[in-house]
Amino acid sequence: MSLVFAGIMSHGPGMTARAERADPAVREPFFAALGRLRAALEASRPDAIMVIAAEHFANFFMNNMPAYCIGMAEEYEGPIEDPEWLRIERRTIPGNPDLSRRVIAGVMDRVDVAYAEEWKFDHGIMVPLSFLTPGFDLPVIPANINCQGPPLTPLSRAYEFGRAIRAACDAVPERIALVGTGGISHWPATPNSGKINEEWDREFLERWTRNDRAALTSYSDEETLRDAGQGGFEIRTLIAVAGACEGRSGETWFCEPIPIFATSGFAGVMDVSETASATAA
Amino acid sequence: MSLYALQKLLYELNRDAAVQEAYTANRDAVLSRYRLTGEEADAIRADDIGKLYILGVNGQILMHFAAWRGLSWDEYIQAMKDGLAEHGQVRGGLYAAVDGGEGGAL
Repeated sequence: MSLVFAGIMSHGPGMTARAERADPAVREPFFAALGRLRAALEASRPDAIMVIAAEHFANFFMNNMPAYCIGMAEEYEGPIEDPEWLRIERRTIPGNPDLSRRVIAGVMDRVDVAYAEEWKFDHGIMVPLSFLTPGFDLPVIPANINCQGPPLTPLSRAYEFGRAIRAACDAVPERIALVGTGGISHWPATPNSGKINEEWDREFLERWTRNDRAALTSYSDEETLRDAGQGGFEIRTLIAVAGACEGRSGETWFCEPIPIFATSGFAGVMDVSETASATAA
Repeated sequence: MSLYALQKLLYELNRDAAVQEAYTANRDAVLSRYRLTGEEADAIRADDIGKLYILGVNGQILMHFAAWRGLSWDEYIQAMKDGLAEHGQVRGGLYAAVDGGEGGAL
């Protein structure tokens, strides 16, 4: 019973690097929704925050690319990006290697996962933390799903990864908040940056809020690449959060396209209370 | 085609200050550690972001390299558009398959 919070949000570097260029009529309610997400996270009184991120070549390369990896370090450094470019000061963020180790061991009971005692955060984790724990003082357990270098883990496995995280978190006494962060449709860091398939995003989040496992995991990578761009592969991070909350539904608090942020700005939460079916599974 | 080596060089540059310092001090010495094609090495030496995009470098690697080389966000986006206009569609990597094989075309 120690997963105390589950949420999702976008993490585009533009959210900090180019915030002033977004239309205030959309940016302000988006940032207000992130403020609400922060308040809900704080109200859950977490001992640690586990961030499921779509890492972007900050730590792993195609010489040895884990499908899934969880951090087990004493501390983490970030951002790897030029701090002036991202507008987030480079700093050290605390970890909790003992807690990480127990969570990783628990996850391994159900799925295979790599672990890492060295890990640098890029915008994919630094941007969410800058909104959710702006003091960067809550210990972090980073988790990564390879969403960049195919072959990629199937969506069904991402859901299973979430289920395994849930079981592992529930087996430790610490209170853990879980945040999944990725884009929905987007074509990031390319000439098409700013292109957003709003309809696709809303349909995805509709499937996410009702935690419809079959619908969430039915996209083929070919369809995602066609309709949601290469950035759409990052839905794995959001699907994992749904897996951690199997049997429960969620709420989307905000979703609007913000082209200068390269994605829809979105925020949502999911009920983390245990279900009889999830406990028995 | 050594896109793997090209991206590995940029990946290591992006995340390791020691590699950046070595690159600044003696670029060719760093380049010689990677099995780059002549075309790739030329693009790197010229800070030709558009060409690197066409050669298939992933944007999650390229945008950080571009920022380190002093390009603003708008300059980075424009450099890739210029690359597409000059060289045609992306030749390798993930983006060659984007948008139904249009290779990143706008």
